[in-house]
Amino acid sequence: MSLSKKKLLILMISPICFFLISLFLGRYAIPPLTVIQVLIAKIIPTPHTWPKTVEAIIINVRIPRALLAMVIGAGLSVSGASFQGIFSNPLVSPDILGVSAAAGFGAALAILFSQSGLVTQMSAFGFGILGVTITYLISRVYRTTPTLMLVLAGVIIAALFGALTSATKYLADPDAKLPAITFWLMGSLASSSWKDVLRACPPIGAGMAGLLMLRWRINLLSMGDEEARSLGVRTEALKGSIIICCTLVTAAAVCVSGVIGWIGLIVPHIARMLVGPNHKVLLPASMAAGACYLLLIDDIARTATATEIPLGIITAVVGAPFFAYLLRKTKGGWK
Amino acid sequence: MMPPLLRLQDGSFCYRDKDIFSGLNLTMNRGEVLCVLGGNGCGKTTLLKCLNGSLRLRMGHVYLKGKYIHSMSSVEIARRMGFVFQEHSPPFPFSVIEVVQMGRAPHLHLFASPSHRDRAIAEKVLEMVGMLHLRKKPYTQISGGERQLVLIARTLAQEPEVILLDEPTSHLDFKNQTLVLRMVNKLAQNGLGVLMTSHLPDHALLFSSRVALMKNGRFLSVGRPEEVMTEESLKETYGIQVNLATVIDPGNGKALKLVIPAREPVEVPEAH
Repeated sequence: MSLSKKKLLILMISPICFFLISLFLGRYAIPPLTVIQVLIAKIIPTPHTWPKTVEAIIINVRIPRALLAMVIGAGLSVSGASFQGIFSNPLVSPDILGVSAAAGFGAALAILFSQSGLVTQMSAFGFGILGVTITYLISRVYRTTPTLMLVLAGVIIAALFGALTSATKYLADPDAKLPAITFWLMGSLASSSWKDVLRACPPIGAGMAGLLMLRWRINLLSMGDEEARSLGVRTEALKGSIIICCTLVTAAAVCVSGVIGWIGLIVPHIARMLVGPNHKVLLPASMAAGACYLLLIDDIARTATATEIPLGIITAVVGAPFFAYLLRKTKGGWK
Repeated sequence: MMPPLLRLQDGSFCYRDKDIFSGLNLTMNRGEVLCVLGGNGCGKTTLLKCLNGSLRLRMGHVYLKGKYIHSMSSVEIARRMGFVFQEHSPPFPFSVIEVVQMGRAPHLHLFASPSHRDRAIAEKVLEMVGMLHLRKKPYTQISGGERQLVLIARTLAQEPEVILLDEPTSHLDFKNQTLVLRMVNKLAQNGLGVLMTSHLPDHALLFSSRVALMKNGRFLSVGRPEEVMTEESLKETYGIQVNLATVIDPGNGKALKLVIPAREPVEVPEAH
């Protein structure tokens, strides 16, 4: 087996290991042996020698939360890698087209007017899609969507929805609503349930499947629209499909976890260092690395201190120095 | 009779209200190297983009093997015609073999990636351009001349019948210019039709079988280099006085023309 295949195999197995380790961690101390017993009891009937709360914590809190962290980490990373490819720019992240800013506003608006978690999620998802659609329409000139136009339109939409979110916060009741909006915007998996897993998985899974199917063609788009066209690629259709897939993934991720930055920017770089730039391998590698990365970050978030640390804060605190290191190492060249 | 490989009939193009070129006629056959000569900004690159169907002519038609080009899909065109762009700097350090395999795209299903067979084809064309030893090197770390040959290999991987090259020798040093142009000649000998642009008249005299002199969006003349390229026509093309020298090529003993630009300015009436 070649070295690159070995690396990929290790990468593919590691999310499972990280997942199992995450089940042992938590503020409510459960002996590792009990965790294993609870898990086995779910498959083979064995006598229950542990309190009901212990089982509830493992089955209804830790497992869905770890699953969600994996799915969202994988989704954001694979979207980031795809966007970096189609924009031919390694500094792009999945929210470049304004999806997070718009979804953030959708959530803030829903929190302002309603109590329901479901409404908040739906609103975030809907606004996320709406934001990217507007970005796409703004950037569409002469029946093409030049990369620069897309990025600039994304900046405009992000700024606009950022301002609207500020307005919502300004209007929100500072005792109840404002903290809720602020916490949501910082990103958290604290209240994850099986319901969230079931809601987030279909769109994220569908988007990821689409990206994985088209992944080799991202190489062609990364060479530039004109060259891709000369190789027979229908660049507009391909770019559009990839944007739809990424938006589906990112909007669904943001709507259950809030805004978690940095992952989609950094994980593709880590994956590229491990397996090289070919998107055929890079996308699966980014998925695996992203699942591990967010699990790790979430484990820190829920165990490092007595209270939960919002995810967005940790990803930035971990991500910014790492990115600075990458920048120094590559001297800005990314070659 | 077989239709010509590539034919441009009365082609005109303009951006908004700015005319780029008009009234151009051109045919190209197998085994030919056709060189479009002209100064910067005379419309050469736009012409190539119209010929491969990525831009639409304002008037006139392009036929590829007798077939109207806009009746063909982009995949159909890419299977018959390759395009080597002017040098660019790619964002990701793909390996040379990965870049060449991209040329297999028009033969692959939308969701597919290159198979072992595609890899074998990529290696074969890399060997043909003499770059097989670089196959695992990052494409970003090879020299400009090597990169140009790798891009030619990528278009060969498309298995085309026509190759268009836009200024294939710009930014290259003397040796690499020669290597690239030799390769261009070899492709024509193998039965491809090659159309390239250049602003160096010697390239046309040394390496092409036909030449089109282009000025301000019009062809001044099209034909065999030794017939078409005279001191007058070159003066008109470039707007400077040039002298043609005939020398004996020590390589094969044949007479050869070379262009020598006048080293002092000579008043030339602007041609229209």
